[in-house]
Amino acid sequence: MKLPEKITPEVVREHGLNQAEYARVLEVMGREPNLLELGIFSVMWSEHCSYKSSKKWLKRLPTKAPWVICGPGENAGVIDIGDGDAVVFKMESHNHPSFIEPYQGAATGVGGILRDVFTMGARPIANLNALRFGDPEHPKTRHLVAGVVAGIGGYGNCVGIPTVGGECTFHPSYNGNILVNAMTVGLARTDKIFYSAAAGIGNPVVYVGSKTGRDGIHGATMASAEFDDASEEKRPTVQVGDPFTEKLLIEACLELMATDAIVSIQDMGAAGLTSSSFEMASKGGVGIELELDRVPCRETGMVPYEIMLSESQERMLMVIRPGREDVARAVFEKWELDFAVIGHVTDTGRMVLKWQGAVAGDLPVAPLAAAAPEYDRPWVATAKPKPIHASDVAAKDIGSALLTLIASPDLANKRWVWEQYDHMVMADTAQRPGGDAAVVRVHGTKKARALTTDCTPRYCAADPEAGGAQAVAETWRNLTAVGARPLALTDCMNFGNPERPEIMGQFAGCIEGMRAACLALDFPVVSGNVSLYNETNGKGVQPTPAIGGVGLLDDLSVMVTVAPKSAGETLILVGETRGHLGQSLYLREILGREDGAPPPVDLAAERRNGDFVRAQIRAGHVKACHDLSDGGLLVAVAEMCLAAKLGAAIDLPEGIPPHAAAFGEDQGRYILSVAAGSAENMVKAAKTLGVPAQILGRMGGRHLTWGAKSTISVGELRDRNEAWFPAYMATP
Amino acid sequence: MQAAVIVFPGSNCDRDAQVALTQSMGRPPLMIWHRETSLPKLDLIFIPGGFAYGDYLRCGAMAAHSPVMREVVARAKAGTAVLAVCNGFQVAVEAGLLPGALMRNASLKYVCRDVHLKVETSQTPFTARYETGQVIRIPVGHGEGNYYADDETLKRLEGDGRVAFRYCEPDGALTDNANPNGSRRNIAGIFNKERTVLGMMPHPERLSDPALGGNDGRAMFDALAEALA
Repeated sequence: MKLPEKITPEVVREHGLNQAEYARVLEVMGREPNLLELGIFSVMWSEHCSYKSSKKWLKRLPTKAPWVICGPGENAGVIDIGDGDAVVFKMESHNHPSFIEPYQGAATGVGGILRDVFTMGARPIANLNALRFGDPEHPKTRHLVAGVVAGIGGYGNCVGIPTVGGECTFHPSYNGNILVNAMTVGLARTDKIFYSAAAGIGNPVVYVGSKTGRDGIHGATMASAEFDDASEEKRPTVQVGDPFTEKLLIEACLELMATDAIVSIQDMGAAGLTSSSFEMASKGGVGIELELDRVPCRETGMVPYEIMLSESQERMLMVIRPGREDVARAVFEKWELDFAVIGHVTDTGRMVLKWQGAVAGDLPVAPLAAAAPEYDRPWVATAKPKPIHASDVAAKDIGSALLTLIASPDLANKRWVWEQYDHMVMADTAQRPGGDAAVVRVHGTKKARALTTDCTPRYCAADPEAGGAQAVAETWRNLTAVGARPLALTDCMNFGNPERPEIMGQFAGCIEGMRAACLALDFPVVSGNVSLYNETNGKGVQPTPAIGGVGLLDDLSVMVTVAPKSAGETLILVGETRGHLGQSLYLREILGREDGAPPPVDLAAERRNGDFVRAQIRAGHVKACHDLSDGGLLVAVAEMCLAAKLGAAIDLPEGIPPHAAAFGEDQGRYILSVAAGSAENMVKAAKTLGVPAQILGRMGGRHLTWGAKSTISVGELRDRNEAWFPAYMATP
Repeated sequence: MQAAVIVFPGSNCDRDAQVALTQSMGRPPLMIWHRETSLPKLDLIFIPGGFAYGDYLRCGAMAAHSPVMREVVARAKAGTAVLAVCNGFQVAVEAGLLPGALMRNASLKYVCRDVHLKVETSQTPFTARYETGQVIRIPVGHGEGNYYADDETLKRLEGDGRVAFRYCEPDGALTDNANPNGSRRNIAGIFNKERTVLGMMPHPERLSDPALGGNDGRAMFDALAEALA
C-alpha cells in the first residue's frame, strides 16, 4: 500500500473527513495529526463507527424492561429468560461488502455478528439473516443471490451454528445496493456476562485469534459513503473470512471465559484494532499503550497505519488479570491460535502507539470520543400518501391472482435458500425455517426461544411511521404465532444518504413508528446497527428497518406451527378484515402498482389480539397458527394448506369486495386451526375480550376452496410455490 | 459399556453425539481430543460431523492424519465398533477404514434436509432395532456427501451385504429424486467387511428426540447400547 507522506486537504478528504471535522481533529490533538492518527480519526468518526447522523434519533427508542440486562451500547443486547439464563443477540448489516464481493461479504457479515455475541460470554446458538435483493430480472441479481447464500452457508455451516430463519425479498430499489443483515442469538449465564470496559492499571492487553493482514483497510469508511459505478474497484477493501478459525476462537474464548482470567474483552470488527482498543479504553475511562511490533502480522513490511486499520477477521482484544497470562496462553495454544501480549492499561487517558521503540501515534481517548461529530441533520417528513379504496382497485380473478402471488418472488418458497444452511446442528432446532418464527430449545431444558426477522420496506417507503410500527408489530406477531412471549428486539436500520433531508425524514419517521410500537407492545430495543449511504448514483434503497425479535416459550410442548394437524379442524380468523389494498402485494404483483397508503397499525388491537392468541395457544386449544401479512388472508390459508398437505374450504369475510377480503393486508390478524368442537367457544371467548373473531371454514380434502365453487388443488399451489426459486436460479 | 467421541478442531456435531449417546447408554461418552495418542478401553468410537481442520485441502484428509486417528484405526482393526457420521464418514474413508470417496454434491450446493433411508440389513449391532427394508427418516447436512466407488468395489460391497442405507422415497423406492447428493446407487452408508465400522452421511443423532420432529435415529443408539453392553 502506497501511503501519502504529507497531510494535505486531499488526504483529509480521502479519509472521509470534511473541513469542519478536520478542524475538530486539530482541536482535539492540539497539533496536526500524522497519517496514522488521521486514519484513526477517519474510522472512529465514520458514520459506521460514530452513528453521527443517527444518534439523535436512536435515543428515542425504548430500551428498558425488567428483563433487560444490557441494552444498546455494548457488543450485543442481553435479556434475562429466567433460571440464570440470558439471551444475547444483535443484528448487523454487511451490505456494501456483500454487493462488491457477495460470498466473502456475506460470510464475514456472519463472522462479525457471531463475534459480537460470543464476546459477551454467550455461546452462539442460532443465526438468522434478512436479505433484500434487486429486481430478479436485473442482470446482477442471480449472481448476488447465489453468492450471498453460499457465503452465509459456508461460514455458518462450518462454525456449526444453525441458521434457522430470516427473510429473502426482492425490489428494484436494491438493484445497486443489496441488503445483507445477519443476526446471531447466543446463550449465556446471567452472572457470566463479559463487557468491554478496560480496567486495572498495568493489566496486560492481549491480542488473540488470526494474524493481521492488509485486508479490509478502510472498510468502515467505505461503508460510510455512497456507491458509484467505480465501487467495484473497492473489492480489496472487503475482508476474507475463515470460519474454521472462528470456530476455534469461539471455543477458546468460551473456555477461557470459564476461568477468572478475563477482565474485559472486545472483538475487532469494523475498524479493527483501532475501534476495539479505543472502545475498551473509552468505556473504562483509562488509557492504553500498545506496542504494535508485537501484533501478529500475516505479511512482512506492514506499517502501523495498516496494523491499526486492518479489518482482518477472527481477532479479539482482551484485558487479562495480572498473573493469568499463562492460563490464557495455554488455552489459545491448545486451539492453535495466535496469542500475544501487545500492551497494557495506563492511567494516562491516552492511546499511545509504539513502533520500533518510538511513539508512532498519541491520541487522547476521551476527547476523541467526546468530540465525535453528532449531527442534527435537516429532514423533511415523507408526504402522507393518498389512501386507496378497494373500489379503486381492479378485481381480477381470485384464483389466478392467488396462483400468481404464491409464485411471486417474495412469497415463493425459500427452500432453495435455507436448505443450503445447516439449520439442525446443535440438535435443539424445534421449529425449522419456513414457519412464522424459528424455535430453538434452550439446551438441556424444556424452555425455548422463538426467533424471527421482519420488515415490509414498501410500507416504510410509502409511510415511514406506519412502516416502522408495522415492522415491529409483525415481528411481535410472528413470535406470538408460535406461542412465545415476545421479549425484545434488535434493529438493523438500512437507509440511503443521510445528507439528503428526505432520507433523514424516512429515518425519523421509521424511528417514531418503531418507538410507538415498542412502547405499546412492551417490546424494547436492546441492540442494533445503522447502515446509511445505501444508495447508488444518488438513488436510495427503500427504507428498511429490519427487526430481529426474540421471544420465550416456557414450555416447548405448547409450541405450534403453521401446519394444521388433521382434516376436520376449524379455521378461525382473529382480527378485523377491512380489505386494505394500498401497498399490498396484490397491487404490486397483479396490477403492477406500488401506490396508496400502507395498512394502518392499530397498536391497541394488535396487543389485544396477540395476547388472546397466545393465551389460547398456551392453554393448548390451538392446533396451528399463522399470522397474516404479505398477500393477506387467502395467501395465509394457502400457506397453511401447503404446510399441512391438506385442503381447506373457507368463506371469505363478507361486506367487502372479494378481492379485498382475499388479498387485503390489514394488520393484527391471525388464523387459528382448532378442533371443530372448540371453535364456537373460542369465538365467544374472543368476543368477550373485544377481539374480533369469526369462523372461516375447515381443513380437509385436497383442494383449497373459497365461496361456492372457486377451487385450486393443493398440488397446483405447491408446484407454483416451490417452482419459482429453483427455476429462477437455474436460468443461465 | 464405554463410548467415546473423537473431537477434532472444527468438529461441530460432537455435542450432539454426546447427547444422543448419553440418552441411550445412560452414561456420558468420553470426549477425546485429537492430540491424544492412546485410548482407554472402549466399546464404541463415534467420529462426529463438522469441518475437521476446516476441511481445508480435502474433506477429512488432514483429520485422517491426526495423532488420535492412528489409535482409532488400530482399535477398529481390533474389532472395536466405530460409528462415523458425515464429516466422520469422510475422515474414516480418508483413513482407509472404509472404501470409496465422498465427492462434492452433484448439485454443487450444501444440502440440509430430512431424507428417507432404506435399511439394507438389520443384521448388525448398529441396525438391529430396524427391520431390513424399513424406511426411516434422518436429516443430512453436507456439501460433499456424493459417495463414489468403482464398479468392482460396489459389487463387492453389495455382494457382501455391506451397504447399510440407501436414499429412498418415503415408500422405499430408490429414485434419483430421493438422492440428495448424487451418490452411486443411492448409497448413504456402508460397513467395513466385519460390519463393525459404519460410515454414513445422514445424522442419526439429529433426530433422536421427538421434540425435534423425529426419533428414528434413536433406535441406532439403543441398538448399540444393547449389543455392546
